[in-house]
Amino acid sequence: MKKFLTSALVRGLLWQAIGWLLGALFVTGIRFLMGLNPFDQFFFTEPAWVFGALVGAISFVAGTGAMTDWFKWAKGEETPEHREDPPGWEKYLNVSLDHKVIGIQYTVTALILMCVGGLFAMIFRTELAHSGLQFLTLQEYNTFMSLHGIVMIVGILVGVAGVMNYLVPMMIGADDMSFPRLNAFSFWVVPPAAVLLLSTLALGGFDTGWTGYPPLSVRAPVGMQMFFMGVAVAGWSSILGGLNLIATVLRMRTKGMTAFRMPIFIWAAIATSIITLTATQLIGLAFQLVMFQRLLGMGFFDPAKGGNPILFQHLFWFYSHPAVYVFVLPGLGLISELMPVFVRKPLFGYRFVAMSSLGIALVGFLVWAHHMFTSGMNEYLRVPFMYSTLLVAVPTGVKFFSWIATLWKGKIEAPTPMLFVVGGIVVFLLGGLSGPPNATVATDLHLHDTYWIVGHFHDTMFGGYIFPFFAAIYYWFPKATGKRMNETLGKIHFWLMTPAFLTLTLLMMRVGLLGMRRRVADYDPALGFDNYHLIMTIAGYLIAIAIAIFLYNLYISLRHGETATGNVWNSRSPEWQVPSPMPVHNYDVPFEVVGEPYDYGLPGSAYVRFADGSQSTKH
Amino acid sequence: MRHFVIVGVLVIIVFLATYFGLTALKLMPVEASAQSIVVDWMWNLDFVVMCFLFALIVVPLVYSLIVFRRRKGDTSDGEHIEGNTKLEITWTVIPLITVLVFAYLGAYSLGETMAVDPNALEISVTARQWSWQFDYPEGFTSNELHLPVNRQVVLNMTSLDVIHAFWVPQFRIRQDILPGRVTNYRITPILIGNYTVMCSQLCGTSHSYMTAPVIVTSQADYDAWVQSQVTAAQAAAAAGGPANGKLLVQKYGCLGCHTTDGTKLVGPTWLGLYQSQVKLSDGRTVTADQAYLVESIVSPSAKIVNGFPDNVMPKTFGTALTQSQINDIVSYIETLK
Ligand code: HEM
Ligand SMILES: [Cu+2]
Repeated sequence: MKKFLTSALVRGLLWQAIGWLLGALFVTGIRFLMGLNPFDQFFFTEPAWVFGALVGAISFVAGTGAMTDWFKWAKGEETPEHREDPPGWEKYLNVSLDHKVIGIQYTVTALILMCVGGLFAMIFRTELAHSGLQFLTLQEYNTFMSLHGIVMIVGILVGVAGVMNYLVPMMIGADDMSFPRLNAFSFWVVPPAAVLLLSTLALGGFDTGWTGYPPLSVRAPVGMQMFFMGVAVAGWSSILGGLNLIATVLRMRTKGMTAFRMPIFIWAAIATSIITLTATQLIGLAFQLVMFQRLLGMGFFDPAKGGNPILFQHLFWFYSHPAVYVFVLPGLGLISELMPVFVRKPLFGYRFVAMSSLGIALVGFLVWAHHMFTSGMNEYLRVPFMYSTLLVAVPTGVKFFSWIATLWKGKIEAPTPMLFVVGGIVVFLLGGLSGPPNATVATDLHLHDTYWIVGHFHDTMFGGYIFPFFAAIYYWFPKATGKRMNETLGKIHFWLMTPAFLTLTLLMMRVGLLGMRRRVADYDPALGFDNYHLIMTIAGYLIAIAIAIFLYNLYISLRHGETATGNVWNSRSPEWQVPSPMPVHNYDVPFEVVGEPYDYGLPGSAYVRFADGSQSTKH
Repeated sequence: MRHFVIVGVLVIIVFLATYFGLTALKLMPVEASAQSIVVDWMWNLDFVVMCFLFALIVVPLVYSLIVFRRRKGDTSDGEHIEGNTKLEITWTVIPLITVLVFAYLGAYSLGETMAVDPNALEISVTARQWSWQFDYPEGFTSNELHLPVNRQVVLNMTSLDVIHAFWVPQFRIRQDILPGRVTNYRITPILIGNYTVMCSQLCGTSHSYMTAPVIVTSQADYDAWVQSQVTAAQAAAAAGGPANGKLLVQKYGCLGCHTTDGTKLVGPTWLGLYQSQVKLSDGRTVTADQAYLVESIVSPSAKIVNGFPDNVMPKTFGTALTQSQINDIVSYIETLK
């Protein structure tokens, strides 16, 4: 208990509260002196809340000590290169520079955020089970719906960072990331961002959805500002994390690991990081402009002052479309990474799969206005954006065909991780197939802003990230802990979640086509959707139960899991050639790459050779 | 070879089964506009390809999982196949050609939905949180959209506050409605019936309820309806008093912010307002007499009701309305007890 109370996390939260209060009092004092009204509906005025939130977020990071070394360097003091972590669980609640600890910190944070976001979904999904308003007010409904979206998105971004942080240095034979302190900083901005997002609940909520379009977002309660602020703070994590990862892959690969001998996941991680490094700024900018419009009366998006609300949508989607590939590229990379292990065959067309990740990332920058076909932007712009959007289908197709060719004539084994890989492929396929009708403009005029879209992106994000994320957790859990997760519970988790999820999203698409708008708290019973919605709500509960089983599995496997210190899955990847859990600085003996990563079925081949002469061969 | 034949046959079977099975479920609402026929044509082409690709991926996937599964006791690896450049190029180039064709078709069908008839009927649409208002060329205002069948209509739409969107599922087409600008919605109804326009761009708390009836009738019924509306408007204007006031508050959009049933929107409700005690934001309490009502319309900032924001209600009604119109509105509000 004492260790918990003195941890960096608790210290940070305390500092955040104090910083927030001081910042707000500061502005309130100035307003008081200037003769402006110092208090408002939510006690402090909006400028006071916003300034306080900014000070609070910075205070959090300072309070944890994630910046201490930099302060010391500024003063000319020396600090040790490495910092040893305490052996127990408390290292996860404190600032660590070890990429594996940070990876797990990210992953656990992601799971917590996803559970919170999922809880919001269950609240409003229950409301939707029947037409009419059951137990939520309209504003509450909109707030939960909006928070569900953004908390899940941040959750996935954090989960992506977790998987990349944990795996990339290990896979390329590095002892850590290029910039371990920056890495710790990138993680420690996430908790205050999460606090900011959740604080919207106490400040009137916000009713704009995660897209935050003005003018609606200019009129929403103060909670809106906390949403903007939370996203802006979380964005730092993405930008700096992407920078760090690119530097790590470029500079720290072990001897012999040429571009086309990297594990395929590294390609996905690079493509993802290029996006986070270069696009995240745009959503920050878009939100900042609305903040300024609210605080200072600047008319960026106010037609009465010569502004243009459509400009916001361009800025917003210029990030938020590429962002969807930040969610899925790592997931698709995980699918390509795990599949050869369970099929015992090389990844079919390695180079094409690698290039398709880059292709998707780059073309993904050119398609943003497909979210705006009905927005009233220039009518003729819709055609070029349709072409670019449909082009994305080509590299996406390459991945699917390569996976099928990998499976063909393999010796397929399907323990839990492989189940999630296959489930991910099927679900992502449904998401991908429901994309082109949104792109051929005429059909999108009907589909836009309906439940069809809701079904489309839930399938892409679940198939593209959530399923592979589960696969990764089941697969690398032994690496991180030296124990195996329970297979039976894992299979129950899969077989409960997958059919429920497919039912949910296919029904979403069905009602969407028939006339169900998205983001509505209530629907006309005359539409005849009540039964569909009831089934969707039940499916939602089944998914929630499956997730609960997964969490229970994590817990008992950690406590009583079967010991597994060796090469559990019989993989060729370097991290499995050393005992689990992974040593603190990864490889005590460095290794060199001497072959192809996925030469399963080629007798006598090896991927890596350790300096002490041991080799990873077939078995 | 045997594997390929089996999978090929299964792909065709699954493709046909999904396509015809799902189409039989009637995926789309009825086609009530000329444009919906074009949209559904495009949708159907998309859907054929979707069903085919679904079969093309899922069948070999499931087939491999069953046929190429690891047998008990077998510890050997699969065949060492690293890739095949010809295959990779094939499944890059064929999809590339397909998407280019589809982009062409998409542009073509988009063009069809935008085709302009110079004789189109023009109706103005005003959207606001959270109601619809339709202004007809004959000079009257309605909260229902009546349209004659088989004649193109273009809706000139604008919003008084946030972004809204006009969508009637049976018409298929959708268009956002922006503040400070006019956007167009062009449609040719082809099926007589009652439909609903739904706002389909999240516009705040009551977004779900921002709907209005859309009634497509024969040209004769439409003409008769227009005539009855014109007569009613003229009669009310001639008679003055509450009946005219009721039409005016619809026409000038008062009901976007004020209700007549006690619900609180952006502004205070009018129900039971007349002669009630009103608490003001500066702490005073005044009686809502006739003079107060007139002043609140002409100079909204003079007295602010406690709990409501200043500078929201337009300050232009004093010039937009004549003195007798204002009196009619006030006399209407006085009837709301
Ligand atoms: C070939 C593949 C894809 C195509 C052609 C495609 C196309 C589209 C289009 C045109 C829209 C806008 C629809 C509308 O709002 O009317 C859309 C929405 C969306 N797509 Fe995709 N998409 C594809 C794959 C993906 C993938 C891989 C993701 C990744 C997770 C994704 C995530 C989303 C999301 C999140 C939205 C909705 C955003 C919102 O409005 O909140 N899509 N897609
Ligand atoms: Cu997009």
